[in-house]
Amino acid sequence: MSYFDPLFAQGLNWEVWLIVIIKVLVAFVVLLVATALMIWFERKVISDMQSRIGPNRAGPWGLLQTLADGTKLVFKEDLLPDRADSFVFKLAPYLSVIPAVLIFSVVPVGGVITVGSHTFELQVADPPMGILVVLAMSGIAVYGVMLAGWSSGSKYPLLGSVRASAQVISYEAALGMTVVTVVLVSHSLSTRAIVDAQAHGFWDWNLIRLGFLPFIFFMIAITAELTRPPFDLTEAEQELVGGFHTEYSSIRFGLFFLAEFMNTITMSAVVVTLFFGGPDGPIPHFIPTSDVWMPIVWFVIKTAAFCFIYVWFRAALPRLRYDQLMDLGWKRLIPMTLAWLLLVAAVITWHWGGLIMVAVVALAAVLLTRANKLGSGRSEADSVLPPVGSRLTPAPRLKPVPDGGSSKGDGA
Amino acid sequence: MGLGDDMKDQFSFLGGFKLTMQHMTRPRVTTQYPEEKKAKQPRQHGRHVLNRYEDGMEKCIGCELCAGVCPADCIYVRGLDNPPDHPVSPGERYGYVYEINYLRCIHCDMCVEACPTEAITESKLFEFSFTNRSDAIYTKAELVVDDDGMPQKLPWEDWREGDDMMTSGWMRATSPSGSAAYEGEVQWSGELGYGTRAPEGGQSANRNDELTGTKALRQTLEPHLLAEDIPLAHRGMQGRVWRAKIGAERNKKKMEATRARMKELRASRKAAKAEGKT
Repeated sequence: MSYFDPLFAQGLNWEVWLIVIIKVLVAFVVLLVATALMIWFERKVISDMQSRIGPNRAGPWGLLQTLADGTKLVFKEDLLPDRADSFVFKLAPYLSVIPAVLIFSVVPVGGVITVGSHTFELQVADPPMGILVVLAMSGIAVYGVMLAGWSSGSKYPLLGSVRASAQVISYEAALGMTVVTVVLVSHSLSTRAIVDAQAHGFWDWNLIRLGFLPFIFFMIAITAELTRPPFDLTEAEQELVGGFHTEYSSIRFGLFFLAEFMNTITMSAVVVTLFFGGPDGPIPHFIPTSDVWMPIVWFVIKTAAFCFIYVWFRAALPRLRYDQLMDLGWKRLIPMTLAWLLLVAAVITWHWGGLIMVAVVALAAVLLTRANKLGSGRSEADSVLPPVGSRLTPAPRLKPVPDGGSSKGDGA
Repeated sequence: MGLGDDMKDQFSFLGGFKLTMQHMTRPRVTTQYPEEKKAKQPRQHGRHVLNRYEDGMEKCIGCELCAGVCPADCIYVRGLDNPPDHPVSPGERYGYVYEINYLRCIHCDMCVEACPTEAITESKLFEFSFTNRSDAIYTKAELVVDDDGMPQKLPWEDWREGDDMMTSGWMRATSPSGSAAYEGEVQWSGELGYGTRAPEGGQSANRNDELTGTKALRQTLEPHLLAEDIPLAHRGMQGRVWRAKIGAERNKKKMEATRARMKELRASRKAAKAEGKT
């Protein structure tokens, strides 16, 4: 099924341009305000969970705290480390922020509305490969972190950015495969089509149609992709000072901060789009109707719920060790998402006959577990080097000169 | 360990979600500090004051023991002979120069313990952040209490109405006889503006928590505690029941003792009677 943005059906004219520009501006402003609120929300919720009060000085209930912090950051001194690569150092924050903003452009926030003679969707853009844009942008965002760490000319940022790139690459595979399962049942890459395919009530949401597990995999992978707790090894304060943004100050640091929270919102929105029917209400389906506000309200409620869940993760879960992180990514998530992908594909192709795939997956799981066990056993027994105590010390390179020889030499 | 236990271990981290939810419903312990202040501990170590007798004479005799004992070396004292026509202190000498450097002071209260005349004591004032080094050095003119026995309020000090109450000097950690359980009724002099201080818990059997501020402290702290952290005796209805029970037990013991005594008395009377008959 091919999918086109109905806005461009009549060709381009100035009205279309105007609508596009207005959509872009509204989305940008709303996203910025939402980010400010998200930072406030996160701080309030996490302090509630820790029996604290949280920000309550700036504005009512501390709502303007983010504004105050932002103002402070803008007026602070902007430091450039001596050993930094200045061009890349200045570029990196923008590489972080711009993808974060762009991801939101493909998220459908409401239904389809008609103004005058123009019918358009309530989302900034509806490219035919929408969901790939999300994956691509989250891939590009790693460059921001990577280059920030590398260009700082300092060791902790570098370590943080190396961790970040390894982590994001590991979890992107699992992320991609869960997205593929969604795409398989929706028959389209367009986010609008994915939402429309779920628009017949909550029993049609991908959450239920795909059987919960892909959603759980996706949540884990996306949390790791966002480098949010409990996967925040990239900015583990106890180990790496501040991680990749240790050397950043002033508004450049602010941009990283902004990008992080913006990503949290956009990824909540992406989860809602992929698994929870986007702007669709639970029982009556709103998308094809002309109702403007209810879909938006549903979308906001669902997104806010996921924002809360991310904060809840942060409050409840301890940070993973690096090897646990890699184990979870490579040994658990990737095989499991792959298995689920095969199951979904087989069932779509052969209907009930596809359940044969269960046997195949089970066999693969047994083999994989066995291989893992063998591998882990062998690494302990046949280590490359013997333990430190039993190792032979290398012969000294300088031989001691015998006493007699030296005195003889003096005499001669 | 079976498979079930293994799985339980694997997913034990899920308990964190429950715990965080429980914490959302718990009362907050935060005090909104500048607006709302907690009662201070009765023996809080704040900034020093130099006390005076009720007739206005200074207590300091310029002996320099405080300066000698100070571990942070923050006190500077110079004594001078009292002018015979208008003596400053009742003794032979008086503190001519008295300076404390609060960049060094660690508020250990050893000067207070060393002072033979209770001249130097620590008030409960702690909100005196200064912005330059010369303000950090408090001179004698700033330390000595005013005619009412109250500490002087200096321009950079931030304390509000009531903060200077109960801050007068008195011998705290130790008593003249060296025993913390000292029944100190008259051993130390009355203070300007305060008279003789009421004894605290641990200092006397006749402790008065209301006068020393301990009760107020307890009352401000307890609403912030969880129910299980409050001593049983202070827990509202539950506490009342508990106290009644304790009282009943005590009464029962008393009654039993009285009964036993009566019995004994009767027995002895009987014995006396029997003796008289024979």
